[in-house]
Amino acid sequence: MTQRVVVLGGGTAGTMVANRLARHLTDQIRSKEVEILLITNTEKHLYQPGYLYIAFNEKAPEHFIREERDLIHRDVTLIVDEIQKIEPDQNRVRSDRAEYPYDYLVIATGSRPDFDSVPGLSESAHNFYTLDGATRLRDTLAGMKKGRILITVDIPHKCPAAPLEIALMLDDYFRKRGVREQVEIQYTYPIGRIHSLESVAEWALPQFEKRGIAYETFFNLERVDPERKTAITMDGEEHPFDVLISVPAHQGAQVILDSGIGDEMGFVPTDRHTLKMEGSDNVYVIGDATNLPISKAGSTAHYQSEPLVHNLASRLKGLPETAIYNGKVACFLENSLQDASFITFDYENPPKPAATSELLHWFKMAYGEFYWLNVRGIL
Amino acid sequence: MSEVDVKKSIDARGSFCPGPLMELIKAVKHAQVGDVIEVLSSDTGSAKDIPEWVKKMGHELVYCQEAGDHWKIAVRKAR
Repeated sequence: MTQRVVVLGGGTAGTMVANRLARHLTDQIRSKEVEILLITNTEKHLYQPGYLYIAFNEKAPEHFIREERDLIHRDVTLIVDEIQKIEPDQNRVRSDRAEYPYDYLVIATGSRPDFDSVPGLSESAHNFYTLDGATRLRDTLAGMKKGRILITVDIPHKCPAAPLEIALMLDDYFRKRGVREQVEIQYTYPIGRIHSLESVAEWALPQFEKRGIAYETFFNLERVDPERKTAITMDGEEHPFDVLISVPAHQGAQVILDSGIGDEMGFVPTDRHTLKMEGSDNVYVIGDATNLPISKAGSTAHYQSEPLVHNLASRLKGLPETAIYNGKVACFLENSLQDASFITFDYENPPKPAATSELLHWFKMAYGEFYWLNVRGIL
Repeated sequence: MSEVDVKKSIDARGSFCPGPLMELIKAVKHAQVGDVIEVLSSDTGSAKDIPEWVKKMGHELVYCQEAGDHWKIAVRKAR
């Protein structure tokens, strides 16, 4: 009898898992012992780190978008459908038009920014966390010659490096345009330093001070007044702006909330080493969809996919599962439009930013090109 | 400590990014006033960062204790 794996979500995590599984299980798929279904609600695949470069008009949006169909291994069945419910006790997922039973499920439904999480935010704020947001921000920045940019950060959010990156890149962008003196950049962060990672905060702070990027810590946004273009924090202070760039709180996919298998934010309780949904032996969770206290980032999905695929492929071949995820994450940290740092860490080893260099920036740019091989399971 | 009714306990040991304090803030945001949230952290910095944030935000630090190779810190949401 054919064993069916359903991978739910066609983002970085889901596409990588489906493709890598297919590459491990060619013989089993061809002999119909195993079937892999990738169910996604969109035909497009977006490379999300590209939004930052869209916002600075470095690259066009089209550069970061491909058809999901073109990225899928020939032995993976792609289904475009909007799944409404995940039912682990029935071993199935279902949409309003079909039911998809599974033997194994990989939940890769991601996370999404919630602009309704703070009153007034959706009417007032720009963002670089959606395609529309990035293009709108691009146009606003391009027309800006003076004024005050306020950056606010809420929790949780994907890509922990991004708030620092946009502040540092904004500085470089306006310098290159010759208007930096007329543009004030005010970065804010909710805890007592400018980044959650102490070593990263120590890496960035000298740059902020040298380059005149203002910052305020313990900044907890309560609401935004769109008419007065003012952000109000929990301590009652008012912070006027001309342009507000928000990194808002994120939540999990709607299907997780509707299925009752996640926490109050829609993230699925997951074992930190086996990546199995807590209380389950045949449901795995990967990427932003987990509730794990680690970075929500593409590299996390990549490093999780290796033990997950190894284990699931082993099971499907009747072998034991022995691989574990060790918490590995790797992040680039843009310092400007032309140089960057890099960090890597896991559950045991804290991060230490590498010396900033142009080479690391070019490595990030190069990675954006061979991402398409990475997500196809080739690299 | 045994009489404290912990509503939610977060195991953030080995969590460097976003880190135990951010995990705590996330949980406190979604908690009800009066709820006690506990976080386990292997980062010695948490013993300083978390009480600092709690004081600044006007919540109550219930306990902050070393437990072998990690810290157990509990916060009551006060507002």
